[in-house]
Amino acid sequence: MSGLPGPDLLEIVALTLGVSGAALCIATLAGVPLGAVLGLVHFRGQRLVTLALYTGMGLPPVVVGLFTYLALSRSGVLGSLDWLFTPRAMVAAQAVIAFPLVAGLTMSAVAAVEKPVRQQVIALGASRWQAALTVLLEARIGVTAAIVAAFGGIISEVGAVMLVGGNIEGETRVLTTAIVVYTRQGDFAMAMALGLTLIVVTFVANVLLLQLQGRLRDR
Amino acid sequence: MRRAILALTLAFAGVASPLSAQGMLRLATTTSTQDSGLLGAILPDFERVCACRVSVIAVGSGQALEIGRRGDADVLLVHSRKAEDLFVAEGHARARFDVMYNDFVLVGPAGDPAKAGGTRLAREAFAAIARAAAPFASRGDKSGTHVVEQETWAAAQVAPVPPWYRSLGQGMGETLMFAQEQQAYTLTDRATWMALRGRLPALRVWLGGDNPAENSDPRLRNQYGVLAVSPDRHPGVNAVLAGRFVDWLLSPPTQRIIGEFGISRFGQPLFRPNAAVK
Repeated sequence: MSGLPGPDLLEIVALTLGVSGAALCIATLAGVPLGAVLGLVHFRGQRLVTLALYTGMGLPPVVVGLFTYLALSRSGVLGSLDWLFTPRAMVAAQAVIAFPLVAGLTMSAVAAVEKPVRQQVIALGASRWQAALTVLLEARIGVTAAIVAAFGGIISEVGAVMLVGGNIEGETRVLTTAIVVYTRQGDFAMAMALGLTLIVVTFVANVLLLQLQGRLRDR
Repeated sequence: MRRAILALTLAFAGVASPLSAQGMLRLATTTSTQDSGLLGAILPDFERVCACRVSVIAVGSGQALEIGRRGDADVLLVHSRKAEDLFVAEGHARARFDVMYNDFVLVGPAGDPAKAGGTRLAREAFAAIARAAAPFASRGDKSGTHVVEQETWAAAQVAPVPPWYRSLGQGMGETLMFAQEQQAYTLTDRATWMALRGRLPALRVWLGGDNPAENSDPRLRNQYGVLAVSPDRHPGVNAVLAGRFVDWLLSPPTQRIIGEFGISRFGQPLFRPNAAVK
């Protein structure tokens, strides 16, 4: 219950950023291409896929945590990986939470610009592939927004990382679960300080992402 | 931007670095052993002698046993005797050993609206609370404390019901905070109560006295046990380290440290060691 010394706080912040950053990368690499394809191409059963993605966007993190927990448990299907109660399990759970957010919002962003832009460039004599590329470029701001939203969703999430990480001090304790521990111990001052740290970390991360978005826009 | 990418890459590398399984022991335990500060006081000694790391997963006893039942922890330090015996009977552990004990106390609002202060047994106090329909905060999480609470309601032949009975599904600290805010009674282990009482000015002990010797109800004894998860049932566990941990925890030097923990801060130990001499 003593105050948290500086190095420990830095460790917690680094782990928080590492876990959520890794999960965001995985979700982006998988989600942006899928969302782009879904926004560009029309096929039979698309509504079902869209529905599944939107449901995934609203999935409670703690439920994702429960599924991940059961899968990664030594008695579960992926138990041989031995990932439970390690940061890898937290990355896996957060990637699953972030993926539908990235894919779904990318799909919306692409679909929103698809029709007008495609008609325009095809009228100008572009091929189908050139038209698709132009649509994706036009949607890039919406895609960045998708990534920003997913990042905000997972870095502030507590249920899943608590379950699959185990909140082990110095190993799997991130900002949100540390806040839970200090609140449980009635140390509201420390919990508050960690909460403010989380807000600052999220703010700085968003500033960086928005700078990136600004550069994309200027291009 | 390039520097930010470098920093993130380093952070990922930290996440991805493999933990050597040989030198790591997974201990699933109750929140009371961690929140009271006991583990922080004794574990560094074990980590030094075994040259290993101990990962502590602090949850309710019910969840800790469930983690062990799935083979996801190597050793358990819990307080839920019947569930522990069942765990051994099912073959998930070869044996369980007494480690230490303290006791449970009934705390409640300073005015004692249910007149629980005049009773000698927990079941009498619980019956009084039910008669007065005074607010009672329950852990509601299948923890060792919750199990004792439910057994006490059964002994009092009362089926506690809302609105006066609140089942929270939270840890001891949160439940005590709730009791403080809502002027409710609750059953708590003495270690967590002593560690947090400075933040709980609205609450008093109405049954259990100032130390375990003053507790008038023998059924409120809170016994902790240690169980090494059996490698027969769960081949993945680190049975060697788990065995060393059990031996170390029950050894006279460690038992002495447990018995001294808390005296300087609270004037009495938070846990009383009672391992049988092997």
